[in-house]
Amino acid sequence: MTVIYILWLREVKKYLRSRTQIIASLGSPIMYLGILGFGLGPIFQKAGEGSYLQFMAPGVIGMTILFTSMFSGIALLWDRQFGFLKETLVAPVPRLWIMIGRTLGGATVAILQGSLIFVACFVAGFRPVSVTVIPFAFLFMALIAVVFAALGTVIGSSLKDMQGFQLVMNFLVMPIFFLSGALYPLTNLPKVLALLTRIDPLTYGVDGMRTVLTGVTHFGAGVDAIVLACVAITLLMAGAWRFSKIEI
Amino acid sequence: MIRVEKLVKRFGDVTAVDNISFEVPRGEIFAFLGPNGAGKTTTIKMLTTLLQPTSGSLELDGLDPTVNRDEVRKRFGVVFQDPSLDQDLTAWENMEIHGVLYGVPRKERRERATSLLQLFELWERRDALVKTFSGGMRRRLEIARGLLHTPKVLFLDEPTLGLDPQSRNQMWTHVKSLNETDQVTVFLTTHYMDEADRVAQRIAVIDHGRIVAIGSSAELKAQTNTDSLEGAFLALTGTSIRDESANSADSMRQIARMWRK
Repeated sequence: MTVIYILWLREVKKYLRSRTQIIASLGSPIMYLGILGFGLGPIFQKAGEGSYLQFMAPGVIGMTILFTSMFSGIALLWDRQFGFLKETLVAPVPRLWIMIGRTLGGATVAILQGSLIFVACFVAGFRPVSVTVIPFAFLFMALIAVVFAALGTVIGSSLKDMQGFQLVMNFLVMPIFFLSGALYPLTNLPKVLALLTRIDPLTYGVDGMRTVLTGVTHFGAGVDAIVLACVAITLLMAGAWRFSKIEI
Repeated sequence: MIRVEKLVKRFGDVTAVDNISFEVPRGEIFAFLGPNGAGKTTTIKMLTTLLQPTSGSLELDGLDPTVNRDEVRKRFGVVFQDPSLDQDLTAWENMEIHGVLYGVPRKERRERATSLLQLFELWERRDALVKTFSGGMRRRLEIARGLLHTPKVLFLDEPTLGLDPQSRNQMWTHVKSLNETDQVTVFLTTHYMDEADRVAQRIAVIDHGRIVAIGSSAELKAQTNTDSLEGAFLALTGTSIRDESANSADSMRQIARMWRK
């Protein structure tokens, strides 16, 4: 247990120490929120869908968590580059614990970062239906964070060097975001797009948050939570397996 | 304590370790000498469970590192050739994480960390981030950390690279005392012949992945008819400089390996 705790603590400490990184990573979600949110707002309203800010805020929170948790998983590459990974791999503790500690740490960091955006959304004018739903929103935030921190670990354990990182960002992380329904409603989509959005785990995370925060739903919060939990367990197992296979 | 038999490790068509066998009894200080790229680090990586051998058998304290990984990991400590510190943490935090990973009880962990940081003159800087440390300080921290728990076998892979004579002296004195008082078996590699000569009871010279000679410093000198270990080493391995750097084919292979199957 202390092993998981200390590796979790390591991630959180490193996050809290990197003030510039915190501020820098707030940039893009705030841009989406401010520019897209207010820019597309009038059209959205005209289409009879209500407030766009209200619609996209859960999506932007989801995006922040996606980016932060994926990044922390892939940070395994940094550890490999700077050598710290070796230190943990020769330690007499099951690799599963190491992987869990890291992943929970990464997920916690992502939730913290998501909370900051939550506050930013609130400042911009986003209003949840009531205060009591906020804990449920956090449940979905946590599920999203675990799913993508685990996915990041799978990728981080499979890549050998930094060159693959850009590839992952462009061909995996960005599509996951754009296909998640964070920016547009999932109804009446072309068939292919509809199918793709349904295999994107973030779709269920965003929908879950949107359901509890604004009352607008596509799949229903129960389905969302079950899908996310299943994906999380699968990816955690995949991550543990990939992690156990790392050779240096 | 360590037994290696017919060990082979291939990376693609490169044979890094080519059928080596040796034994290190409990309580011995054993040195592995060899030019760059001779297979020293690869051997250590296999003994420390980081790499799987292609063939051959390994034994550490009666256990197989490829099977009983966690049991084996409890028995050794290692100082790697290249850095393995977390630069975004402080010296103290690096020590703490190590102590927790090795299950050293809190009180003992703190005491030992304190005395080791003092011994390697890092105590004053214990709360500074490692990235602000000089190369020598990092190296010292790396060694201090490796000594935090008391292993049965201590692997030191070129531990003194880039250290000043004072720190080197400090380190070898400490290692020798660990060896004498706690019967710690030491397996070291180094490029400094004088160190090997001074601390090691037995020396194996490895070249191109094969052991070319094994014995005490005196035996090696006698065998090659030379009067210094350096002379013996050169007589055994030749004077040509080894090229360890990657050529273009290697870097292509590296990219191909980026996505492992």
